[in-house]
Amino acid sequence: MNPVSLHPVSPNPASRKPVSLTIDGRAVTVPAGTSVLLAAQSAGIDVPHLCHDPRVEPIGACRLCSVKVEGARGLVAACGQQVAPGMVVTSEDPELAERRRHVLELLLSEHHASCANCDRSGDCRLQDYAYRYQADPHRFGVYVPKHTAPNYTALDQGILYDADKCIRCGLCVKYCETVQMAEALTFTWRADRLVVSTPGDVPLRETDCEFCGGCIRVCPTGAMLDRGAAHHGRAADLKKVRTTCAYCGVGCQVDLYVDPHKNRIVRASAEPGATVNDGNLCVKGHFGFEFVGSPARLRQPLIRRDGELQPASWDEALALIAERLGGIRQRHGADALAFVSSARCTNEENYLLQKIARAVVGTNNVDNCATSCHAPSVAGLAESFGSGAMTNSTVEIRDCKVLFLIGANPTEAHPIFGLEMKRALRAGAKLIVCDPRRTWMAKHADLHLQHRPGTDNLLLNAMMRCILDEGLADLAFVEARCEGFAEFRQNLEGFSIERAAAECGVDAELLRAAARLYAKGQPSAIYYTLGITEHACGTDNVKNVANLAMLCGQIGKWASGVNPLRGQNNVQGACDMGAMPHKLPGYQNWSDAAVRTRFEQAWQSPLPQSAGLRIPMMIRGAGQGTLKALYVMGQDLVATEPNQSDVVEELQALEFLVVQEIFLTETAKLAHVVLPGAAFAEKDGTFACSERRLQLVRKAVEPPGEAKADWEILLLVAAALGKPMAYRNPAQVYDELASLAPVFGGISHRRIEAHHGLQWPCPDSHHPGTRFLHEGRFTRGKGRFHAIAHTPPREEPTPEFPLILSTGRTLYNYNCGSMTRKTAVIDAKDPGNFVEIHRDTAKHYGIEPDEKVAVRTARGRVTGRAVVGERVRPDTIWMPFHFAEESANLVTNDVFDPVTATAEYKCCAAVLEKLPQGG
Amino acid sequence: MTTSAVPAASSGSPTNGGRWRVAVGLGSCGAAAGAQGLYDLLRKRIDPARVALEQTGCAGLCHREPMLELHSPTGERWTYVHLDAPGVERILDEHVGQGKVVDHHLLEGQDRAEGVRAYLGKQQKIVLENCGRVNPESLDDYVAAGGYAALAKVIDTMRPAEVVELIGASGLRGRGGAGFPTGQKWKFGAEALSPIKYLVCNGDEGDPGAFMDRGVMESDPHRVVEGMVIGAYAIGATQGFVYVRAEYPLAVKRMELAMAQARAAGHLGVDIRGSGFSFDLQVREGAGAFVCGEETALMMSIEGERGMPRMRPPYPTQAGLWGRPTVINNVETFACVPWIVRHGAEAFAALGTAKSKGTKVFSLAGKIKRGGLVEVPMGITLREILEDVGGGSSTGRPIKAVQTGGPSGGCIPAAQFDTRIDYEELARLGAIMGSGGMIVLDDSACMVDFARYFLGFTSKESCGKCAPCRIGTQRMLEILTRITEGKGTEQDLVTLRELADSIGAMSLCGLGQTAPNPVLTTMRHYFHEYEAHVRDKKCPAHSCRALLSYSIDESLCKGCSLCAQACPSQAIAGGPKKPHVLDYTRCIHCGSCLDACRFDAVKTA
Repeated sequence: MNPVSLHPVSPNPASRKPVSLTIDGRAVTVPAGTSVLLAAQSAGIDVPHLCHDPRVEPIGACRLCSVKVEGARGLVAACGQQVAPGMVVTSEDPELAERRRHVLELLLSEHHASCANCDRSGDCRLQDYAYRYQADPHRFGVYVPKHTAPNYTALDQGILYDADKCIRCGLCVKYCETVQMAEALTFTWRADRLVVSTPGDVPLRETDCEFCGGCIRVCPTGAMLDRGAAHHGRAADLKKVRTTCAYCGVGCQVDLYVDPHKNRIVRASAEPGATVNDGNLCVKGHFGFEFVGSPARLRQPLIRRDGELQPASWDEALALIAERLGGIRQRHGADALAFVSSARCTNEENYLLQKIARAVVGTNNVDNCATSCHAPSVAGLAESFGSGAMTNSTVEIRDCKVLFLIGANPTEAHPIFGLEMKRALRAGAKLIVCDPRRTWMAKHADLHLQHRPGTDNLLLNAMMRCILDEGLADLAFVEARCEGFAEFRQNLEGFSIERAAAECGVDAELLRAAARLYAKGQPSAIYYTLGITEHACGTDNVKNVANLAMLCGQIGKWASGVNPLRGQNNVQGACDMGAMPHKLPGYQNWSDAAVRTRFEQAWQSPLPQSAGLRIPMMIRGAGQGTLKALYVMGQDLVATEPNQSDVVEELQALEFLVVQEIFLTETAKLAHVVLPGAAFAEKDGTFACSERRLQLVRKAVEPPGEAKADWEILLLVAAALGKPMAYRNPAQVYDELASLAPVFGGISHRRIEAHHGLQWPCPDSHHPGTRFLHEGRFTRGKGRFHAIAHTPPREEPTPEFPLILSTGRTLYNYNCGSMTRKTAVIDAKDPGNFVEIHRDTAKHYGIEPDEKVAVRTARGRVTGRAVVGERVRPDTIWMPFHFAEESANLVTNDVFDPVTATAEYKCCAAVLEKLPQGG
Repeated sequence: MTTSAVPAASSGSPTNGGRWRVAVGLGSCGAAAGAQGLYDLLRKRIDPARVALEQTGCAGLCHREPMLELHSPTGERWTYVHLDAPGVERILDEHVGQGKVVDHHLLEGQDRAEGVRAYLGKQQKIVLENCGRVNPESLDDYVAAGGYAALAKVIDTMRPAEVVELIGASGLRGRGGAGFPTGQKWKFGAEALSPIKYLVCNGDEGDPGAFMDRGVMESDPHRVVEGMVIGAYAIGATQGFVYVRAEYPLAVKRMELAMAQARAAGHLGVDIRGSGFSFDLQVREGAGAFVCGEETALMMSIEGERGMPRMRPPYPTQAGLWGRPTVINNVETFACVPWIVRHGAEAFAALGTAKSKGTKVFSLAGKIKRGGLVEVPMGITLREILEDVGGGSSTGRPIKAVQTGGPSGGCIPAAQFDTRIDYEELARLGAIMGSGGMIVLDDSACMVDFARYFLGFTSKESCGKCAPCRIGTQRMLEILTRITEGKGTEQDLVTLRELADSIGAMSLCGLGQTAPNPVLTTMRHYFHEYEAHVRDKKCPAHSCRALLSYSIDESLCKGCSLCAQACPSQAIAGGPKKPHVLDYTRCIHCGSCLDACRFDAVKTA
């Protein structure tokens, strides 16, 4: 028998041809490039392994996967050996068993085998294999813990490292280095002193650790634990509930571990291989569930009596709501009422709320927070392509060869998209970043265009001018698939790249290089977020991005397209469900007669026929007295709308304000009635994440006190308003929706469960869902070019306010902070407001790092800690808006995009003020 | 090439412009023996118009250091050894001044001639041909000795594939220890498709007692450079690294200097010899890790990562440094290359055995009369090396065993000394050739303690990545220590053997895979010693302190009481100036009394 030549595991297997081999006498066929370990797994053979994880390159530390390969000299590690045709493998025999037993006994001789009181007992692979191979933990005596001195996690609130249980598999270090790419962990010392630590053994908080929790999830033993979960239950004591994360729009699948006796979420994890996030989480997904059990949760309805909010019963609250809303409707008409739906509540809840607004009250005044962020994407891409959603799926990111990011900071705002992009970079993808800030992606970019906030259209037009000049446009694609090109081209006649570059503040050659790189990518994809939408010209910006993609034919194929990264966990869903003034569920027009008939029949009610208000107009209307009542579900308008002091005044002018919430937010504090709702972990339903995927939300714990699931509350409200609706469960609500909106026609809770999520369009019950959009034809037929002119920001710097102020998000806190600021780990890392200032600017104002400074605009003034460096341009400062006590929205500008009423959060004029220190 | 009492005509050394020439041996061995001081003395004393002073490397006669070579204006040459300041003065005054040879220090003088003949007689200098003869810091010296002629021949007249074939035909096998056919490795490297390829020279030489590579790098650095440029040409490498352990500062210095000189002269760098072929070299230093002599850990170290091995496959020739095809060879392997090019594959293959061609450099150390660097043709017997070349035991006690291959190797007992030095022959004995370290043990060596010593080394040098090595070496060390302390059990012997087998079979890299070898070979050849330690609580070699029984020889005891004071268990009694007595029931076998006694009155059994 010829010895089999052993090939390496190639990082990018050129061919995925099937390879047949024999493992333990069984014939196995797998694609070329598969490791023997995974090949065995696919045949149901569990080769023991402690240091293998499908997301990291094979490590080869534990040696348990050593197998026999005919013709090989010595044993072979199955994790690192690629299959070869005709290979004959023995994965289990008495000799291998004995070798493995010896290795396990060696491991156990350096392991504090306190299984009796260990959190991982019953969920520990070391324990499992020790049992399987009958390894004696005390063969070499009883191990006495020796790593009792404080280590790098001693001061940490989230992560607990116990070196006496560590088997030095290296998974945590490898994950941190190559998947998360935070490089916070390392091995230190060597031989039997080898141990996991941080560079210089500094406390974890002082490193670049992003608290993604990956080290905990990847650890095969009890060495890495959630500190907050320690001793609160082993896997067998807890109930595992898989649900969808309630933070950003990535839509990670999170496994919540619940103590059913205490009705408490103990910890969270995620499973490798599970859709969307492949077992990866960010700090919020892993640690951010604390808010669910917070003592600050609303537990019963509140009614304002004598100027104060006081506890009341459900009956009282509902009766009051019925009386006041009914009365206002009678006196002033349906359009004197408005509804704000929640992009964080489920699809079913959004559907119900807009149904109440339209079918019960009779108004189109319903909106959700998409208006504040991605409404320009919805509107703009609808105009350009006919469909306003992310064109490609998360799983395609890794195959993209040129990533074009504009106005997006995924490693902070969409961390798991960030991980997928890092994966693409590791596979050799090129990166172009257009961002006024030097973010992580900007630092790692091949080309970083640090343009002035508000000059996006100039930048894009300049790039397209260059692409046309240099013959890099895909004119065949333009000709066959698009319209409106002539006008678009005309608009760019005489456009000067040099002048545009100068006004943007970027180098013209750099700009050209970016244009060329994007045009030639095989393929390229654009990823953008609020950096371009939260402008007074947000919709224009989006259309221009669409222009760029169409010009180069970089759309309608795998890993190529235009991808708005949606912010909220269900903002996609809120829009899908028609919680918008101008669209019915499924993006159907209420002005369309056939559509209207269908809905009116289903809802047994006439539909309103006048245009509805978007949120900023609702608030204006409240201030002007034209809007009398507002029903707000799950949104803190005060914290998130611009020009906060005006907003408060305007809301206070309302006759009646109902807020359905989980915490007493700033908006709730102004309400006449507060209804206690349920957090994501306390109800069933669905979310639609950014890649148009419908996923299940599963109830894990009971809501506190008398709080109810929001869909249940809405049914009570509908009944109180005189129009009861009968649904037994959220699945039924979705079924009704699916029957009315063709684009979701084939989606049901049952099908979502069976398919691990379904991406719309999904028109019928046999349809598997749609990976990427606009293949072959755009949703509207032909893609539409638009001639976009540059619109400068509404408020440019002046001598009094010489700096540009931009606002945004950090990795750790989430939007208004109502949920994240109740998490200890997050609070420790990101405790309060700060201002990013360029060191030249700081010097000019005499500001020292870390001192408290004030930021003032025409609207007001806030303070924050000065973070001095080079992350921002010298002409710009930047603040997050997470901190209610120093709310950035006190100073932002309430000017809006004319199409979508999206506020220009990304630039206004400001000045820094040095404060007297020491006090 | 041998020397004799008659001054030899110099072969190829440069004329000195009518001057005498003194070349002082300044390898680390010479420097350690005090040669630097003598060099400084000479510098003060000589008249530069009459005498040219230079340094040279290690001639391999380490047991004779400090040494110098004296060349007359007419080209005759004498080697002077065992130097001291008076000796140096005499050489200047008597030999240079009056033409009178100073027999006391002459290499073949006194009664040394036969020994010298024996030492050098069976050697065949290929790798070491220039060591001790050229100034390692002089490019001219190297060229005059035929240096860079091989490179010229290769670049000007041969195609890369022909070079690969030549090395293949020579039968050269990797001298680092594994013995992988070099031609085969270069073939893999040449066939790999990549615009960027690397060539690495492994100069980490971590085995305790091994100093062959140090000798070559310090004494003939250009040879390594030349061998590497030829290798780079053969495989199409663009950049090379010489990885030198940080504990060899002189080697680092000399290699860097040689690179700079070679670059300036056009033997290295851009467009070598106008051929269009470009290749450059850098030195990279280690940082105190034995494991970085393992090729994948070495590559990690060069990449700036933690020195921990990687799994193979992929092999370095497939994906090595930064994922590129990389060929890694030992210093000695590269040092063979220029000779093979100049003299031909057949000439090299004519030496040695059927499967082990050419010569091998060994560093003879331990209880051997004539220690140093020796280069012998493969196929020579161990007995010839030890008795003929090495002169036999230095202690008068019989040679018990020879340890080859460092901590990865094994011991060869005296009964096997007629074994021919050959990769396959040694493997059959359960030993390995290793990199060339050869440590001679006499019968005062306890083989159990010997195994313990090496496990003490490997357990500390383990990188820690894989469990069998990281933890297994500790457990083996613990058992061996217990045995040498008289606390071993029969079960310990069973466990020891089981562990040794499993650690060898399951470890990730060569360090762990071979760490049990000292245990396995000593158990194979000296199991009776293990049994004695465990069953009888006795150490047959009288070495393990805890197993010795101590007594005081009355006839030698002066009654100074130092032993009694040193004894931690008050086992010794006796009045001043009276013979002391040791109470064996109180004795804890610590050996403190043995250390304390200045009159050799404490006896062990």
